[in-house]
Amino acid sequence: MTEAAVNPATSLHHPDPAWRGRVAAFVIAIIVLWPMLVISEFKPWILFDAQSLQAAGRFLADFLTPAHSTEFLSMLAEQTWQTIAIATAGLTMAMVGAIPATLIINRRLSISRLGTGRMQPLAALLRQVARWLLVVLRSVPELVWALIFVRIIGLGPTAGVLAIALTYSGMLGKVYAEILESSDAHATETLLRNGAGRLATFLYGALPEAAAELVSYTIYRWECAIRGSVVMGFVGAGGLGQRMDESMKMLAGAEVSSMLLVFVALVALADQVSKILRRRLG
Amino acid sequence: MNHHMPAPPKRDWTIVVLCLLLTALAVASFCSLPLKLREFFTLEAIGSMAELLAGFAPPDLSLPFLQKTAWATIETLAMSALGSLLAALAGLALALPAGGRFGRPVRAVTRGLLNVLRSIPELVWASILLIAAGLGPFGGTLALAAHTAGVLGRLFADALENAAPLPEQTLRTNGAGAMSAFFYATLPQTLPQMLSYTLYRWENNIRAAAVLGVVGAGGLGQMLKYHLSLFQMQQAATVIVAMLLLVALVDGASYGLRRALTR
Repeated sequence: MTEAAVNPATSLHHPDPAWRGRVAAFVIAIIVLWPMLVISEFKPWILFDAQSLQAAGRFLADFLTPAHSTEFLSMLAEQTWQTIAIATAGLTMAMVGAIPATLIINRRLSISRLGTGRMQPLAALLRQVARWLLVVLRSVPELVWALIFVRIIGLGPTAGVLAIALTYSGMLGKVYAEILESSDAHATETLLRNGAGRLATFLYGALPEAAAELVSYTIYRWECAIRGSVVMGFVGAGGLGQRMDESMKMLAGAEVSSMLLVFVALVALADQVSKILRRRLG
Repeated sequence: MNHHMPAPPKRDWTIVVLCLLLTALAVASFCSLPLKLREFFTLEAIGSMAELLAGFAPPDLSLPFLQKTAWATIETLAMSALGSLLAALAGLALALPAGGRFGRPVRAVTRGLLNVLRSIPELVWASILLIAAGLGPFGGTLALAAHTAGVLGRLFADALENAAPLPEQTLRTNGAGAMSAFFYATLPQTLPQMLSYTLYRWENNIRAAAVLGVVGAGGLGQMLKYHLSLFQMQQAATVIVAMLLLVALVDGASYGLRRALTR
């Protein structure tokens, strides 16, 4: 700003008419950025000191020839299956929790709402409590659930299955209810008004409208659960992640490299399978 | 009346087969995993679990610990912000070749690199990078940057490819250099979109940064892991509450901002 006042001629002829704003923004950015660099201990030069370069270099050099002994590969296959199994079992348990929860929180299935449009206080309270429960279940990250369960029941796949079951039942319950409530209300309304029970209304009125979308969302979540179960392995919840963590701690680059390859392939495969399933079932 | 009804739709057997396969997958999963669910649901186990869970209450609300938690929260925020910024810069640098500016082979190679960066989760990046960067928030920042650079690079490249080509071509035919033609014609067109992608990823990164520490990469996650491994449940409860508050705050802020901006 002051520069422009001192020498207006240069600013008039500067090729960029907005240069003052740009310089000011740059200075402000530096001022905001500085404390962040300090807080996050941003010291890129430690990447380049001799010791860490040597460690990283050896680790990365091992990467070039992924471990491929028969023994290792069969262990890898077993762990990969365990990862898929953790995701599948976790998601199945999540559905067992989510479906009843959806039936409870779904506003469309309220009978007292008919006519007056207002729910009984008790029913409204019950729905709200169930909704809050789902919020709590899904807002604690799955990794934190996994950590807690590893503390409680020890290392192994059980912790991973339970963590996925809890987080995903929160997510599925909420999204199922949203899908069901956003589909056409006509059939549900008619059935309820003519005296059908809640469950019958759900099965014959709401479900056929929304089944495809429900299935496709569930399969998408299964894909996410596979990624999640690898990550949870890092805190000791079994599967590929746990082995990767162990190999990483031993700086066994060759093993980490083949595990990463398997992981990337697994995620790509899950992506493809989920696409096919969603097209056929959704 | 009945024979005027339309014929029922044909049964699609592939769907039945797929459903059966999925059920088989679920059954096989439960059978093959060494699940300890049965002993988990005994009266004794439920009792000991209730005891453990009761240990979480009340959260540790003493002033020094709250200060420590607040500091870890700030560290988490700084990690996520810096990681997103680095990712945006790296993403932009990679988006130029990935957007097809230097020929098809370069484009394919860069897109492959971006795919690799993206398909490895932040947490796995963190545990790899800790080998070089050591424990602490720096490794976490780099991990966030590595994963997010993959995501943003791809999105930026698509944005650059979809931008209208005429303004840049006009500048070029009128004698502007390649750099200035890009900076004054194509970049301003795509900048708003890039900015909104970056903000969205920042929001995701705050959530990711909160848990990234469990492998030792700083922030709230590292505190949580530390206190849980010492069975200091009350302190762990405080950290979990701080995480939930942070995420809720970010969700609220982003929801409010989005509504204010789109109205």
